[in-house]
Amino acid sequence: MSKIRLATVWLAGCSGCHMSFLDLDEWLFDLATFVDVVHSPIADVKEYPDNVDVCLIEGAIANEENLEIALNVRKKTKFVISFGDCAITANVPAMRNMLGKADSVLKRAYLELGEVNPQLPYEPGIVPVLLDRVTPLHEVIDIDMYIPGCPPSAQRIKEAIAPLVQGEKPVMEGREMIKFG
Amino acid sequence: MAVKYIRVNGKMISARAGETILDAAKDANIHIPRLCHLEGVSDVAACRLCLVELETDRGSRLVPACATPVEEGMTVNTHNEKINEYRRMIIELLFAEGNHVCAVCVVNGNCELQDLAIEVGMDHSRFEYRFPVREVDLTHQIFGKDQGRCIFCTRCVRVCDEIEGAHVWDVAGRGHNLQIVSGLKQPWGNVDACTKCGKCVESCPTGSLFFKGSAVSEMQRDSGKLEFLVQARDKHEWTR
Repeated sequence: MSKIRLATVWLAGCSGCHMSFLDLDEWLFDLATFVDVVHSPIADVKEYPDNVDVCLIEGAIANEENLEIALNVRKKTKFVISFGDCAITANVPAMRNMLGKADSVLKRAYLELGEVNPQLPYEPGIVPVLLDRVTPLHEVIDIDMYIPGCPPSAQRIKEAIAPLVQGEKPVMEGREMIKFG
Repeated sequence: MAVKYIRVNGKMISARAGETILDAAKDANIHIPRLCHLEGVSDVAACRLCLVELETDRGSRLVPACATPVEEGMTVNTHNEKINEYRRMIIELLFAEGNHVCAVCVVNGNCELQDLAIEVGMDHSRFEYRFPVREVDLTHQIFGKDQGRCIFCTRCVRVCDEIEGAHVWDVAGRGHNLQIVSGLKQPWGNVDACTKCGKCVESCPTGSLFFKGSAVSEMQRDSGKLEFLVQARDKHEWTR
């Protein structure tokens, strides 16, 4: 049997979900017998490859780059997992939504609170443009499975992924599997 | 006292006349999810989580168990595919309607809304989040209020009025302008009627009313405190 092609992606989040993934410690060796990690922030692969079987996406959609990556991942991936609270609820990154659109958020952060050299960041093609509203992942692409948690514990990630690599669907219910926060 | 017999999930149970379906089910150890119901204060049937299916000659209909008195021969179902789906929708709507960020909330891990999300199997909300702009009131000496975490169950309103007798809280506005206000919309800290008893904070099912100085996941409620007060009043048991 050929190995499952696994990818992980990091959008608007703190990378805590990826840290939690790494917390799987020696189980990652077991996982590696079933999967090839073809793209991940912890592996230096620049372009998202074609024909990915499973992708874990951490983080909300907060800027144009996040959106572009999410759409691209969906196109090239069979099974997309919304990974962690930021991907599922938009969570902390979305707390800026209460300040209004991107303009007022940038003004607040870089002008009103900018003490040394207050200026708005503007580097087209380098600094991604903020979207007016931070949204959960499933508002922009179809999702096949959700792993809530901030971050989901290593144990929860294992319980969710272990059945998947065996071709079975995990049971996502109960406090251990779907508690937010 | 007259006894009524009703059938809940196919099982015959006895209930006191005048008792609600919710209370009768509780006595029979049948669990019905609820949020706005609080032992010892009046029921308002606001959250709709305790909706149960009542089978009648003219077909079935949904009624709130907390506000429907038992009647002889009633047939009630507390869980089925339709009710479960409605309950999950209600919880998803509550999450989408306010600003419930569990990760940074004082009651993360001790929250009735969070617990219900788990119970109804919510792994995401199918509804678009509103991200409303809601007030945070930190003017009170020892308590705080984050309206973004409020689900408008009005437990605080009822507990302050009916048990403490201070009537600090009220409901103002309609629809998406709905607000829980203190002292006819004064900052909480300026309301003389507040006795600082903390019953509203103990009764809040989410982290909307909290003890100042609590950090994320730190706040625990003492649910026994309210139960004791109600018990003391009803049964004249004055010690805990």
